[in-house]
Amino acid sequence: MNFDLTEEQQMIMEQVSKFVANESPVSRFRELRETDQGWDSKMWSKMAEQGWLSIEVPEEQGGFGGSFVDVAVILEQLGRGLVPEPFIPSVVLAGGIFKDLADEAQSEAFLTPMIEGRTSLAFAYAEKQSRYDLSDCLTKAEKSGDGWTISGEKVWVLNGHAADQIIVVARTAGDQLDESGLSLFVVDADAKGLTQVRTPGMDGQRTAVVRLEGVEVGADRLLGSEGEAFATVEKAIDRGAAAACAEGQGQIRELFERTVAYLKEREQFGVPIGSFQVLQHIASDMYAEMELCGSATILASIQADNPDAEARKRDISAAKLQLSDGGWFVQENAIQLFGGIGVTDEQDEGLFFKRLRVLSGLFGDADAHVARFQSLKGFDAID
Amino acid sequence: MDLSYTPEQEEFRKEVRSWIAEAMPAEMKKHAQDGANFEHSEVMEWHKILYAKGWAAPNWPEEVGGTGWDVAQRSIFQDECVRANAPSLSPFGLSMVGPLIIQYGSDEQKKRFLPKILAGEEIWCQGYSEPNAGSDLANLQLRAEKDGDDYILNGQKTWTTYAQYADWIFVLCRTSSEGKKQEGISFLLADINNTPGIDVKPFLTTGGTLAFSETWFKDARVSQANRVGPENGGWSMAKALLGHERTGIGGIAESARGLTQTKEIAQDTPVGKGTLFDDADFRRRIARKEMRLRTIEIMNLRALAAAQVGHAPGAESSVLKIVGTELQQEVTELQMDALGHNAMGWLDSPTDALPSSQQSIASQFNYLRAATIYGGSNEIQKNIIAKQLLRLPSA
Repeated sequence: MNFDLTEEQQMIMEQVSKFVANESPVSRFRELRETDQGWDSKMWSKMAEQGWLSIEVPEEQGGFGGSFVDVAVILEQLGRGLVPEPFIPSVVLAGGIFKDLADEAQSEAFLTPMIEGRTSLAFAYAEKQSRYDLSDCLTKAEKSGDGWTISGEKVWVLNGHAADQIIVVARTAGDQLDESGLSLFVVDADAKGLTQVRTPGMDGQRTAVVRLEGVEVGADRLLGSEGEAFATVEKAIDRGAAAACAEGQGQIRELFERTVAYLKEREQFGVPIGSFQVLQHIASDMYAEMELCGSATILASIQADNPDAEARKRDISAAKLQLSDGGWFVQENAIQLFGGIGVTDEQDEGLFFKRLRVLSGLFGDADAHVARFQSLKGFDAID
Repeated sequence: MDLSYTPEQEEFRKEVRSWIAEAMPAEMKKHAQDGANFEHSEVMEWHKILYAKGWAAPNWPEEVGGTGWDVAQRSIFQDECVRANAPSLSPFGLSMVGPLIIQYGSDEQKKRFLPKILAGEEIWCQGYSEPNAGSDLANLQLRAEKDGDDYILNGQKTWTTYAQYADWIFVLCRTSSEGKKQEGISFLLADINNTPGIDVKPFLTTGGTLAFSETWFKDARVSQANRVGPENGGWSMAKALLGHERTGIGGIAESARGLTQTKEIAQDTPVGKGTLFDDADFRRRIARKEMRLRTIEIMNLRALAAAQVGHAPGAESSVLKIVGTELQQEVTELQMDALGHNAMGWLDSPTDALPSSQQSIASQFNYLRAATIYGGSNEIQKNIIAKQLLRLPSA
């Protein structure tokens, strides 16, 4: 039972924190949200140079050999600056899938360029009708020669507009809602028949609608075994959920600290508003929820790597719920306590508020995780 | 970072679990399975069993009879006792005045009082709150006037838990009215049975039990030798003691038990062609509580891990008290909802109406409205966080 960061993790935290303060404060996010890409390839290379993109890659393959806890340490600091580079889609989602399923050639071709900062990635799984059901897939991959022809449409693909390769979930067998029969394919963004409709998000980041119309891929683009991708997809989304908790924790801390500072400095009726007991109690409640979110992030970060899928799902769902409930409490009260200026674009608080709300709805919202939790075997077992 | 217990800790848990199963008498076990309120005699019986094993005071230093367990082991032991629904020992001697005497008492006081607390031969109760001194405890008025080698006590205490079973009471009393309120308070020990003028009057709670008493002092004579620490030095000792009262007060293990019981009730409750446990809405309500509990449990484990390396609980323990007790109440509300119309039942309902295993749920539900009030009300806890941790300005 140990909840301390190692010395190395402390160092990484300080490194990323300094980086964000010096090279990517919130003002940089404001500039980038006006651009088409929404993030900067040169910054992505810098992050690769720091070793952050290869944080989970085994040491013998030139990476840091870290766990998801290391990923979480990085993400929390990036979250504080609203750093828009595609860390979650590339490293957490696609990177995790490649780590588990890519053969040597695929790893060399698709993962290595990403961890070196030369390319970015995306993972396309959700569809218009699927909501949070990962088995709901109408996108089809039909055998054609040695390869496949893929047709369908994916929505809200994080970094789908700029990624060099997109991992696509497509059905090679079974009916629309079957867990079995799903496969994972690496598709080039510039493949014939693939179109990306860039979609700016509420949080200033970009996603895409990715349309595939007869996109042809060779046999070497299948990841893992045909028809057996579901467990990997679930795991990828759980990693996303854990990542959301970690990045969100950075934003929650920013919102909380800024709120407390504001309570001390803002005066009305001749006194600091932080002397009003009602606001003090709200701040205390915010503190409690923030600390619970911190504990939830630790839980999710540890369990993201747990090979016991049932245990992983239980705890990541519990953690993600805390982000949605507790994180929401912090963000809604932060705006409230800032008063009118909390609803301006000029203040940074609204930016954190919007990103947190997006994270809450990604990788399963509160209701989806409650539903999943009670469907797991462990829920019915009475100890 | 790691969530798992060490193999040694798992071994220890197994050892504790099997010892409890073996040592608990059959009648007590049945009572425990029914989730009933224990009689005082059963609590004392369990105390004697633990004492014989050497496990009555896990939190005391080994040299005065503690077990020598670390924080993790103490927590595991506590969890296993709650899991088995073993009687809760009276905390006032073992967890409050005992540690206080260990830290601040004279050698004579240690010799006189500690062995009997440990053995369960003398039972204690706490004389702190008064009708006009609850959250504002420093406002206490019970007077102790010097008379020769004694103090003469006059005044009233309230919320004295289980005073009707207690042999001794530790009291905060006013020995000076000069200067700040906190600076005129002393810590006295009084022998209830052998001191004329001490009068204990139990009163009913909404839970239907005589959990609390008013304790009246009329010209009650207490020797100055029974003062712990210096005269007018009682407040800071009492504050330190309140810190002890707060750890474990979050009721995490109790909430886990409550949720398990909720599932059991739901599984045994027919609804249409299935059971209440098939109801999607009810399952989700249970799930939300269980998920919240898991996050609180992690926060508690982090606090324990910090305590393990000597980090004293600060204002952060206020967070656990607030969120733990709120959840504890919500779990009792869910248990009541699981009962449906059976929630109308009361203690000693005939089993034609209500199974014995469900009889104390309503009692607990009512009593635990106190959880957010005792141990420093949740509003006071929020004040503490705001002032001490966040350093928000005073009005």
